[in-house]
Amino acid sequence: MTAVLRAEGLGKRYGKHWALTDCTLDIPTGHVVGLVGPNGAGKTTLLNLACGQLPPTAGGITVLGGRPGGSPAQLAKVGYVAQDTPTYAGLSVAEHLKLGARLNPGWDDALARHRIERLGLRPSSRAGKLSGGQRAQLALTLGLAKRPELLILDEPVAALDPLARREFLQGLMEAAVEQQLSVVLSSHLVSDLERVCDYLIVLVDSKVQVAGELEKLLATHHRLTGPRRDPARLPADQHVISASHTDRQSTLLVRTQAPIHDPAWTVGQISLEDLVLAYMSKPADTHRRPTLEVQR
Amino acid sequence: MIWLTWRQFRAAAAATAAALAALAAVLAITGPGLADDYATGLTGCTTQSDGCSRFLQNFFHDNQAAFLGLTAVMLALPALTGLFWGAPMITRELEAGTHRLVWNQSITRTRWLAIKLGLTGLAAMAAAGLASLAVSWWSGPIDKAAAANEPGFPRMGTLLFDVRGIVPIGYAAFAFVLGVTVGMLVRRTLPAMAITLAVFAAVQVAMPLLVRPYLRPPVHATVEISMSNLEGLGFERGGGPLRLQLRTLAPDKNGWALSSRLVDTSGNTVSSTVPVSTTSGPCAPDPARGPSACFAELKRLGYRQEVSYHPSSRFWAFQRTETGIYTILALGLAGFCFRRLRRVS
Repeated sequence: MTAVLRAEGLGKRYGKHWALTDCTLDIPTGHVVGLVGPNGAGKTTLLNLACGQLPPTAGGITVLGGRPGGSPAQLAKVGYVAQDTPTYAGLSVAEHLKLGARLNPGWDDALARHRIERLGLRPSSRAGKLSGGQRAQLALTLGLAKRPELLILDEPVAALDPLARREFLQGLMEAAVEQQLSVVLSSHLVSDLERVCDYLIVLVDSKVQVAGELEKLLATHHRLTGPRRDPARLPADQHVISASHTDRQSTLLVRTQAPIHDPAWTVGQISLEDLVLAYMSKPADTHRRPTLEVQR
Repeated sequence: MIWLTWRQFRAAAAATAAALAALAAVLAITGPGLADDYATGLTGCTTQSDGCSRFLQNFFHDNQAAFLGLTAVMLALPALTGLFWGAPMITRELEAGTHRLVWNQSITRTRWLAIKLGLTGLAAMAAAGLASLAVSWWSGPIDKAAAANEPGFPRMGTLLFDVRGIVPIGYAAFAFVLGVTVGMLVRRTLPAMAITLAVFAAVQVAMPLLVRPYLRPPVHATVEISMSNLEGLGFERGGGPLRLQLRTLAPDKNGWALSSRLVDTSGNTVSSTVPVSTTSGPCAPDPARGPSACFAELKRLGYRQEVSYHPSSRFWAFQRTETGIYTILALGLAGFCFRRLRRVS
């Protein structure tokens, strides 16, 4: 199976600030990928690199085997719904579809019209007069009707109310199944992703903390509860992601391939939210932290 | 892409076209009448004692407001295309975030820019060219009167040269691409418009001051001192040297005088004071005699004015060169835009 997105040591710098560093990913096709991380973690940067809106500063990235944004053919293969789902305020819904038809050789006009009809959007209304949810749906329609192999969405539901959010994600999922799309979707809210994703990337402080198929991630991460003990004394194959202690008890979130046999631990399943929060609150740079303490 | 360019541009294009059409209609209606007035006036004035200078002066003064108004329109037109067509072209997309929509369709941004720059730029050049054609045609008689007027408006001079012929096309192309470039760098519409205006105005001022005079070596001519180039004659109380103030005028009415100096018989520059007796002789102040004897005396002593100028026969050569310069500037900026566009996000 070919990779939908492959990055090798990918980095992007703005001035002195690295928005993304040392990002290595290999995402197979056919997934709905959730890219999650706090605001300012570099999600938009990574997605912009993937659709060719930004050139990388370091490393390399290939999307569907090609250089992002390099040619009209490459652009045609990747759909992008940008943050805040921009549309031309002065153009009508019908004119947006015309724009899509004129600028995309693979444009599926029947699909676009069908979607607009089902959403109840009047073709003559101007995009500036639409609600946030309708505008997002219009932007999604433009992204879908160009018939891409990969659809990238940058926080598409951030500005929507819960109902519009659900409708949007539902529409996205239906289309993804119908068109056999790969989807990469970013959000800073886990609940958005929980329903739709089967692959997860957690991005914190410009770095990929963890990436993998959701099922595997959930199967290899465990919550251990037991008498208080130093996390450093765990077996070598158990990586501690987060740890919290009370006077007598320790609660650890560990990643391990092997089953946990230690009878002192109560082993618990974790949810997606637990997993994401554990990585988000993990000390950003575990290698550098001790040196900083010495300098202090 | 052509459709989208037109769709985004059509409101501005329609407004400009309407304004230019209104202007053209007014010029078309009044133009023939103006030309008739001029022709009849010229045939009428040949019999008068002072020749046609009085008629030309009156004719110019009667039409001065329209003349200067049209000049202002022609000076403003290229700047306006830069401000309202050029500067917002990219900033509008960046401000609304729609660049991320349009640059993710199956069209490279290079092609996007090429079509937008090409079509809108050609429209700007066409608007300037048509306006220049209409205004030049209408102003033909006034231009002739203006050249003969005091102070004159020669065709080669800094005001008329900028608003006649083909240079407005070059100005419009440059102003438009300048606006696009500034917009790409500044990313916000209003500051981009302000900077575009400032830079364009600076270039328009610098061109006639620093570049245009040196496009060809100027022609030097020596001119006798006479009433036509005399600004003032000064006499010091109780004698002393004659103070001579001369005007810098090209011998050719439509030429562009750059500089002048007073030289003596051996060709050396003389400051405004001429060592000639003002207590007696031909240059003594004498209301009855007038200054013509003094002029004869100055000529006999070898004093004359040397003027360097560009004759009006160079008008089209200069127009071509200057249009070429502005076109090259516009192309250079466009090239910069294409290279820079990849880094915009």
